[in-house]
Amino acid sequence: MSVGSRTQKNRLSGGQIDRDTALTFTFDGKRYCGHGGDTLASALLANGVRLMGRSFKYHRPRGPLSAGSEEPNALVQLRSGARQEPNTRATTAELFDGLQARSQNRLGSLSCDLLAVNDRLSTFLTAGFYYKTFMWPKAFWERVYEPVIRRAAGLGSLSLSEDPDVYDKGFLHCDLLVIGAGPAGLMAALTAARSGANVILADEDFRMGGRLNAETLTIDDSPGADWAAATVAELAAMPNVRLMPRTTVIGAFDHGIYGAVERVSDHLTVPHPDKPRQILWRIYTQRTVLAAGAIERPIAFPNNDRPGIMTASALRTYANRYGVAVDRRAVVFTNNDDGHRTATDLHAKGITVTVVDVRPETPRALDYEVLAGAQVTDTMGRLGLTFAKLRLADGSDRIIECGALGVSGGWNPNLHLTCHHRGRPQWNARLAAFVPDIRPDSRPDSRPGGLPEGMFVAGAANGDFSTAAALEGGARAAWAALDLGGARPEIPQAEDRPVNLLPFWHVKGPGRAWLDQQNDVTVKDVTLSHQEGFTSVEHLKRYTTLGMATDQGKTANLGGLAIMAELAGKSIPEVGTTMFRPPYTPVAIGALGGRHRGQQFHPKRLTPSHAWAEEQGAVFVEVGNWLRAQWFPRVGETTWRDSVDREVLATRGSVGVCDVTTLGKVDVQGADAAEFLNRIYCNGFAKLPVGRTRYGLMLREDGIALDDGTAARLAEDHFVVTTTTANALPVYRHMEFVRQCLLPDMDVQLISTTEAWAQFAVAGPKARRVLEKIVDQDISNAAFPFMACANVTVCGGLRARLFRISFSGELAYEIAVPTAYGDALIRRIMEAGAEFAITPYGTEALGVMRIEKGHAAGNELNGTTTALTLGMERMVSTKKDSIGAVLSRREGLNDPDGLRQVGIRPLDPSAHLPAGAHLMARTGPVDAAHDQGYVTSACYSPTLGHHIALAFLKNGTNRLGETLRLVSPLTGVDLAVEVCSPHFVDPEGDRLRA
Amino acid sequence: MIIDHPLLGPRDSSEFTYMGDAALIDRPDPEAEDAAQAFYEYAYLRDNPAGWHRELWFHEAGDRSWLVVTRNTLTHEISKVELARDVARSRGRSR
Amino acid sequence: MRYSGFRVLKEALTGHKGWRPAWRDAAPRPAYDIVIIGGGGHGLATAHYLAREFGQSRIAVLEKGWIGGGNVGRNTTIIRSNYLLDGNEPFYEFSLKLWEGLEQVLNYNAMVSQRGILNLIHSDGQRDAFTRRGNAMILNGADADMLSLAEIKKRYPFLNTADARFPIKGGLAQHRGGTVRHDAVAWGYARSADSRGVDIIQNCKVTGFRIENGVCKGVETTRGYIAATKVGCAVAGHSSRLMSLANMRLPIESHVLQAFVSEGLKPVLPGVITFGAGHFYCSQSDKGGLVFGGDIDGYNSYAQRGNLPVVEDVCEGAMAIFPMLGRARLLRMWGGIMDMSMDGSPIIDRTHIDGLYFNGGWCYGGFKATPASGFAFAHLLATDSPHPTASAYRFDRFRKGRMIDEKGMGNQPNLH
Repeated sequence: MSVGSRTQKNRLSGGQIDRDTALTFTFDGKRYCGHGGDTLASALLANGVRLMGRSFKYHRPRGPLSAGSEEPNALVQLRSGARQEPNTRATTAELFDGLQARSQNRLGSLSCDLLAVNDRLSTFLTAGFYYKTFMWPKAFWERVYEPVIRRAAGLGSLSLSEDPDVYDKGFLHCDLLVIGAGPAGLMAALTAARSGANVILADEDFRMGGRLNAETLTIDDSPGADWAAATVAELAAMPNVRLMPRTTVIGAFDHGIYGAVERVSDHLTVPHPDKPRQILWRIYTQRTVLAAGAIERPIAFPNNDRPGIMTASALRTYANRYGVAVDRRAVVFTNNDDGHRTATDLHAKGITVTVVDVRPETPRALDYEVLAGAQVTDTMGRLGLTFAKLRLADGSDRIIECGALGVSGGWNPNLHLTCHHRGRPQWNARLAAFVPDIRPDSRPDSRPGGLPEGMFVAGAANGDFSTAAALEGGARAAWAALDLGGARPEIPQAEDRPVNLLPFWHVKGPGRAWLDQQNDVTVKDVTLSHQEGFTSVEHLKRYTTLGMATDQGKTANLGGLAIMAELAGKSIPEVGTTMFRPPYTPVAIGALGGRHRGQQFHPKRLTPSHAWAEEQGAVFVEVGNWLRAQWFPRVGETTWRDSVDREVLATRGSVGVCDVTTLGKVDVQGADAAEFLNRIYCNGFAKLPVGRTRYGLMLREDGIALDDGTAARLAEDHFVVTTTTANALPVYRHMEFVRQCLLPDMDVQLISTTEAWAQFAVAGPKARRVLEKIVDQDISNAAFPFMACANVTVCGGLRARLFRISFSGELAYEIAVPTAYGDALIRRIMEAGAEFAITPYGTEALGVMRIEKGHAAGNELNGTTTALTLGMERMVSTKKDSIGAVLSRREGLNDPDGLRQVGIRPLDPSAHLPAGAHLMARTGPVDAAHDQGYVTSACYSPTLGHHIALAFLKNGTNRLGETLRLVSPLTGVDLAVEVCSPHFVDPEGDRLRA
Repeated sequence: MIIDHPLLGPRDSSEFTYMGDAALIDRPDPEAEDAAQAFYEYAYLRDNPAGWHRELWFHEAGDRSWLVVTRNTLTHEISKVELARDVARSRGRSR
Repeated sequence: MRYSGFRVLKEALTGHKGWRPAWRDAAPRPAYDIVIIGGGGHGLATAHYLAREFGQSRIAVLEKGWIGGGNVGRNTTIIRSNYLLDGNEPFYEFSLKLWEGLEQVLNYNAMVSQRGILNLIHSDGQRDAFTRRGNAMILNGADADMLSLAEIKKRYPFLNTADARFPIKGGLAQHRGGTVRHDAVAWGYARSADSRGVDIIQNCKVTGFRIENGVCKGVETTRGYIAATKVGCAVAGHSSRLMSLANMRLPIESHVLQAFVSEGLKPVLPGVITFGAGHFYCSQSDKGGLVFGGDIDGYNSYAQRGNLPVVEDVCEGAMAIFPMLGRARLLRMWGGIMDMSMDGSPIIDRTHIDGLYFNGGWCYGGFKATPASGFAFAHLLATDSPHPTASAYRFDRFRKGRMIDEKGMGNQPNLH
C-alpha cells in the first residue's frame, strides 16, 4: 500500500501517478492526501470528494465535468494571501505539497450555499429576465437592484494585494511549431525533428502524450502512454527540439507569430527565487501543425449537472491516467462507440458499469450491461449523483443507483486556433461536428477566412479521431509543412476504429437540462431565446450568455446551436458558429504585463547632470520618460515656491544654470540643408548666415503649429535644430518624412543627436562672466552677440557647441558638450560661477521665466493653435513653399474673432491664477456660450510680485487693458483680471542683448 | 506583424511607427490655382480600401527609413515593402 | 407587449408561453420614406427617434447581418460626457441626459449604471488640461469634479501609489459617467422602433445606391431594390466602403481597436477608471468581468482582430496601476473596426447627393454617443437641418479649417 492511500477511498491501481510521493493539501480547510502527477480534481475525486463548486447563477452544486482545461464547473480559489488565485480549474491545477484551495461563489459553506435560493426562483430568472424588469421606480436600479446583483455576481475573489510573483516575456523562433503533444503532435514533431528542422513542441499539460496518457490502447504493441514517453524522450535528446510542457498556445497572430504562456512555477509552492511564475512567449514560425485534439461534448438531459456527472472521457481519464474511480458504480450515457470504450476501461478497473446508448443498434458487450435505445431522463442526489432515471427502449422507466455518470455526445475537434484569423469551420455530418476549413481557396480577399497562413491541422483537431489516423495525420502534416522530400516516415501501428455516431443533443422531457453549466443556461433558455426572436447565433449567445463563461463554451456551444437549429428548422451549419477569439484559455494579466510594472513600467531617461542634481538634493519630475530636476530645495525652504522664487530671482539677479539636454536636437547636414529647413519651417532660413541662430516655427501640413525651437547654422552645410522635449521624436519623424518622401533628391542628411550632447542653459546678467572662464575663445558681446552660435572648445580643448539663445529672457547661452562630459561640465560651471553665487534651477523656474517672458511652450502648442494664435502670423512666409502654409490660410484658422495669445494679471495682486480657468466678459452670463477663452499657463512671478498667466482670448490682440472675469467652477475660482501683453518682463529684449 | 525591410530583412512591426496612406507622398503643387482644394483632399480624404493598401511605416526603432508597405487590410498579409524614397522618386518627386 | 416585473412574474407562473419576439423579422417592402442603412446602435436609435420624436413613418433599417453585431455589440460599454471642445461637449452631454432616461423611454432595462468615470492625472501639464476640460464641462451644464489623491485612494485603495513610475497626482471625475449593458441598447432601440412600425430587416446588405441627376432614389440590396425618399447611412467602421458605392471619399480611415474582458470576479472596481500615463482603462461589469482596453493598434484594418503588442501594452498599463490584477485572467479579446476621422470627431451631415445623409466617423467613442447620434441624425433626416448640439459635425469643417480636434493630433487618424 502506497503512502497516504488509506484516505483515498476511490484510488484504483495503475495510472501515471507517483504513488511514492504523498502530497498533502487542503480544500475548504480540510486536509487530504494525493500523489505526484495528480491534479487537484483527481486527488479530490480519489478522496471521494465530488462537490467542488457552485454554478454562477443558480448556485447549483457542481463537480468536475471534464479532466482538462475546458472545465466549466470545478473552479476554485487556489493558494492564499497575495497569491490567491480565483477561478482556477481544479482539473488542470497540478497538485503540490501544501496546496491550499477553497471553493468560491457561495454564501455560507459549499454544501450549504444560501444563494442556492436562486435555484428555487429559477422559473423567474430565465434568460434575459433582467432586461424586462428592475425599471421601476426609476432610481431603484442603481440604488437597490444593481448593488444586490453585483454583490451576488462574479466567481472568485482577488486578494487585492500586489501580485508578489515575477512574470517574464521571451521570444522564440523555429521552423515548425507543433501545438499539442498527443499522438498527432508527437508524430509531427518527430517527423520534423528527424529531418533536422528546428521544432518547438508545446502542450498545455504537464505530461506530454495527450489522450495516450488516458487510454488503454496500444501503439506498435506497447501501451500508448509508453510509446508517448519513449517518443518524448527521443525528442528531448535532440538538440533541434524544444519541448514546452505546461505551455498553452493562446493565439495565432499575424505573420506566423503565436502567443504562448508557459506556467514555469504554478506547480510549486512558491516560484524559485530566480524564476518567474509564468513566461509569455512570442513564437515566430513560418509553419505550424495544430494537433490540439478534440473535446468530448455532453448530451443535455434533465438535471445533468450533478457532481459525479461528467463527460465519459473524463471518467476514463480519471480511471486510466490518475487511477481514480469517481464512484464504483457508473453509468455511461452515449450516442457513439467511444462511450463503450469508457465502459470497457471502467469495467477493467473493477467498476460496475451500465451503458445507456440512444442508438437502437449498439456494440455488444459480454462483461457489462448495455441498454440500447435508452436514454437518461433524470438524476437524483442533492450534493452529488445517487441515482439515474432511465427510459428504456420499450418505454419503461428504470432507476439505477450510481455515483458516476459519463456522458458522450461525440467529440468536437479543437479548432479554436484555426479560427483566429476569422476562419469559419465547416460542418462534418459524419462526425456531427465542425472541422477546420482546410480548403486551399478559403482565403479570398473579399472574405477573410480559412486557416492562419502556414498552419496545418492534424489528428483529432482535424476530425481524424482514430489513433492510426492521428499518427498518420501528424506525420503527413509535418511532411507537408516543411516540404520534406525523400522517403515517407514510418507510421507505427495503432487502432483505426470508426466513429459510429448518431447525432443526439438532448433528452426531451420536463425538468431543466443544462447546456452551459457555469452560466446556468438550459435548453429552456434557448427555447425562450428562440421564442423572443433571438435566433441568430450571436443573439442567442448574448441573450442567454451561452458560451460566455470562463470556458467560452468549449463543451456547451454546439449543444446550444443544435437546439436552436431544431427550433428554427434549420441545419446546424445554417445557424452558424460564434467566433473563436484568443486566448485559447484565460491568461493571467500579470503574464501579459511581464516586467513592465512599478518603476519598470517605462524606461527612465536620466539627464547627464542627474547624479550631480541628486547630490544637490533636487526634486525630480517625470517629463515623458525623462526625469528632470524640478527644483533644488535649500535648507530653510518650506515650500516648493520658496525654492522656485529663489531660483528665478537669483537667475535674473546674477546667474543660474539648468540642464536642457532633454530638448530634441537634430543635426541637419548637406548642401541643401538650408533649403530643406526653409521647407520645414514656416519662416525663412535660406539666408541665415553661418554663425547665427534663428527661432523657427514648424507647422503641420494642416497649418497647425507643430513645434518651435531654434536652428543654428554652424557651417554653410550644417545646422543644428532644437525641438521641445515632448516633440523630439515626432519632429524628427516629420523631418525624415519630408526628406525621404517629399524631397528625396535633396542633398541633406538628418540624425537625432538628443542623447549625444549634454546641454546646459547658463542665464542671467553674469552668464558671460561665468562662461568666459570655461569657453576657450572670446565671447564678448561684440564677438558673440545675441543669436550667435559656434563650434568652440571648452576647458582647454574639449569640443563643444555654444549658442547665445535665451528662453528665460536674460543674457543667456546654451552650451553643449558630448554627453560623457556633461557631468564634468556642470561641475565646472558651478565652480566657475561660485563667485557669482550661480544657482541651479529646475523646470519650475524655467517655466516661470518663460511665462514672464511670454514664450509659448507645451501648454500653448497644444495641437490646435496656429501661428496667428501665437501672435507669430508674420512668420509664415508667403514667398516660399513650406509645410502647412497652404492649409494655414483656411478661413477657420484665420477668424478675426479667433483665439490670440495674451497675458493676464489679476486686479487683486494677491490673487492666484489657475491654468485651465476660462475667461468671461466682466458682466453677463457665465456659460459655454459666452466663453471668451482660457488660461494656458499660469505662475507666480517673483519678479513682479504677483501671479501672471498666459491665455488664449478671442480677438485678444485688440483687447489689451480690458477687464475680464476669470472663472474655474471646477476649483471654485471667480475673479477679475486684466488683459495685458504676454511679455511681462523686458518686453524690449534689452536684457538678452546685453 | 512582420515587415520585411528591403535593407534590413524581416523586422517586428513594433519597431515601426505607422502614418497611413502612401498617397501622402503625392503632395500637391502649392503654386497651382486649385492648391487650396488639392491640399484639402490630400490632407483629409482617404480611399481607405478594404483590401490592398499602400501605406507609410517609419522604422523609428531602426534605421529611420520610411517604407511603403503594401498590405491587405482584410488579412494583414503583406505583399511588398519598398523604400519610400524610391517610391517618391518613381512618382516624380525630387526636391 | 410591455415589460415589467409583474409581467415577468405572470409569465413565469404560466410557463413563459406569452413572450413574443422583441422585434418582427420584417421583409423589405418596395419603398419607404426613410431607409437607414446599418442596424447598429446608431441606426436603430435613429429609427426609434424618427418614429417617436419626429412623427415619421414608413421607415426601414437595413442590416447586412444581425442587428447590434457591430461596435454596439463589441465595446467597453462606457458612457460619459467629459469632452473639452464646444463642438463636442454639448452633444455628449445631451447624449448622457438621454441615457439617464433611456430605460423608461424604451421600456427596456439596458442597465444604465452611473458608477462614475475617473481620469487619473500624473503631471502638472495634465492637471492644467483637465482643469480646462472640467471647467468646459461645467460651463456646458455637465458635472465634473477634481479629486485629490486621498479621495481617489478612498475609492480605489489598491491603486499603486507607493511604487508608481508615474505617480498619481489627482483625477478628474465625472460622477454621472458610467456603463451600460451594450447589447441591450441595440435590442431596446430595435424593440421600441419595431413597436412604432419600423421595419427592421436583417441579412439585407446594401450593394449600391440608385442616384439619378444628383438625387438618391433608393438602394440596391441583396434582397432587391428598395426605393426611399431619404437614405441615411450609419455603418461606422464600414463608412468608407459603403460611401464608395456613391463615389464618395471620406475623411476617415478604418482602424482596429481591441478590447478585453477578464474572468468573472467578485466586485473590486466601483467605477470606470482611466490611466493617464499609459494606455489602459477599466470597469467591472455587473456579471463580474473586468472590461478593459487601451490604444488602437494603429494601422488601417478591416480584419476585426488585433495583435499582441497592443494586448501587452494594455496589460502593462493594468499592472502599472493595479498590480493586484496579476492573477486575474484575461478571458477574451476582440477587435472592432473604428471609423477614425481626421480630427477625432464624428460627422452627421447631408452629403452632396440630395436625399443621401451620412452619420459616421465615431472613432472609438461611438457607443456613448448612441442616443444623441440617433436623435441628431433623426433630426437631420426629418427636418433637413442639423440638431443644435450636432451643428459642428459637418463634412466641410475640414475644408474650412474648423476641425474639432480634442487631442490636437491633426490629420493623422491613428493618433486620435
